[in-house]
Amino acid sequence: MIRDITIGQYYQTDSVLHRLDPRTKLMGTLVFIVSMFLADSWIGYAVSAAYLAMIIRLSHVPVGFIVRGLKAVMILLLISVSFNLFLTAGEHEILSFWIIHITWEGVQQAVFMAVRLIFLIMGSSLMTLTTTPNQLTDGLETGLGWMKKIHVPVHEISMMMSIALRFIPILVDETDKIMKAQMARGADFESGNLIERAKALVPILVPLFVSSVRRATDLAMAMEARCYHGGENRTRMKPLRYAGRDRLGYLVMAVYLGLMIALRSLL
Amino acid sequence: MGIIKAIKLTYDYIKRDEEGSPTGVNRAVDHVDIDIASGEFVAVLGHNGSGKSTLAKHMNALLLPTEGTIWVGEKDTADEDNLWDVRRMAGMVFQNPDNQIIGTVVEEDVGFGPENIGVPTEEIWKRVDESLEAVGMTAYRYHSPNKLSGGQKQRVAIAGVMAMRPQCIVLDEPTAMLDPNGRREVLRTVRELNRQEHITVVLITHYMEEVIEADRVIVMDDGRIVMEGTPAEVFGRTDEMKRYRLDVPQVTELAWELKKDGLPLSDGILRIDQFVDEIMAVYRETGR
Ligand SMILES: Nc1ncnc2c1ncn2[C@@H]1O[C@H](COP(=O)(O)OP(=O)(O)O)[C@@H](O)[C@H]1O
Ligand SMILES: [Mg+2]
Repeated sequence: MIRDITIGQYYQTDSVLHRLDPRTKLMGTLVFIVSMFLADSWIGYAVSAAYLAMIIRLSHVPVGFIVRGLKAVMILLLISVSFNLFLTAGEHEILSFWIIHITWEGVQQAVFMAVRLIFLIMGSSLMTLTTTPNQLTDGLETGLGWMKKIHVPVHEISMMMSIALRFIPILVDETDKIMKAQMARGADFESGNLIERAKALVPILVPLFVSSVRRATDLAMAMEARCYHGGENRTRMKPLRYAGRDRLGYLVMAVYLGLMIALRSLL
Repeated sequence: MGIIKAIKLTYDYIKRDEEGSPTGVNRAVDHVDIDIASGEFVAVLGHNGSGKSTLAKHMNALLLPTEGTIWVGEKDTADEDNLWDVRRMAGMVFQNPDNQIIGTVVEEDVGFGPENIGVPTEEIWKRVDESLEAVGMTAYRYHSPNKLSGGQKQRVAIAGVMAMRPQCIVLDEPTAMLDPNGRREVLRTVRELNRQEHITVVLITHYMEEVIEADRVIVMDDGRIVMEGTPAEVFGRTDEMKRYRLDVPQVTELAWELKKDGLPLSDGILRIDQFVDEIMAVYRETGR
């Protein structure tokens, strides 16, 4: 059940996008998000769509795989679309029935909202689809290194993320094991009302919590034994280095962002 | 002076009540003297709670002595300035293979130690290659540690320690959570490192078979060293071992029982072939 979530997954293949420096991709994602808030016309959205389509092509990730990720946020999408559809006031009423008024402006708003959300999700999932979790934390640590000056614990946060990534599969396995052990003793996780089900989870969460604390203590000791003492004076086995394709990437981003700004102010 | 030397090493865990105020002490290590020579393979035996892990953690400055002194490579571990030298000199491998691997890819985990001590990138790669080769895990360098067997995970952990170029490795029950195959795998690796790379090994275990190849066995009970000697010497004192709630290898125990019944066998027989030879000799002499 927990394994079915595809958002944030990595799609293993070889493409330019996979080989880009994670910092470039982080910046690209940021640029794309910003551009989605700049778009306010059909042409604007058309340009974004073309841009997104180009990047998906470059990523070699099947479109179907990306679209599947949308399922997880379907509810969110439906809610925001209906809000826009039903609650936008406007001149041109299309349908009026009891307390429901649908206007032409509402339809337009709803469509824009849906497109914006779908593009945002597709755009940002491209980031995780083409970047291993390791590269992602590396990119965050190096790319946000300047924030250390304002006392943001960048190294610590990225270390926490990579440790979480290492232990999530272990904890998922462990949860599975504990659940099966409890089921063998007659525990029932599937029936009963919400409160009863929540109560049934207690015998899973308690041992899981205890073992996590034990793991954390062990891990801290193992890290210390291997001379870990925070990010200071640390070297890297795989330092990040920009290549020619990254410079090209930044150029493409700049052109796209410029175009989106121009479209907004001209139209 | 050996690579690890301790004089009157004593460690107290402080017992606390529910509010966290101290109520007393639990002496886990009690006036221990040891002297381990460079290149030696020392096994430490002892019942649960006899203070083995506490002693081991002193060899890596993870714990500092309450009383007494321990030197690693002639450096006093209690001196703050020596901390990183001590940890670099004596690497440590722990019991639970899952809880000591930090990297999400095998080779990155092996590189973790060198990264911490500021080794330049190219040198890190060299060390990672060599360490993986030394433990025979080169083929798995791009794998996720989660997909490896217990024995393989422990070998990765050993490689992680080797990449720091230690002179000594301390292994605290590295095989306790492994199946017999994994145990053999890890033990073979440790033995090879000792013989070929001349790494000093301190192996804590409670499996008797793992001790046979050691140069020296130390038996701990209740925080003290109670027996010390070659495996044959220590296992030869079978009744004493039993008093400390420790087993001896099956063949040693059989020989010991036969000797009690009057057969003229030597003390501390460790190997089946040696046992067979002696029994045959007795048979030829007495005609029984
Ligand atoms: N973190 C701790 N806090 C308090 N007491 C401890 C702690 N760790 C170990 N002890 C106690 O110290 C003694 C020795 O433990 P340990 O060194 O773990 O023995 P061994 O490794 O031989 O099983 C035991 O009595 C144990 O209960
Ligand atoms: Mg122990």
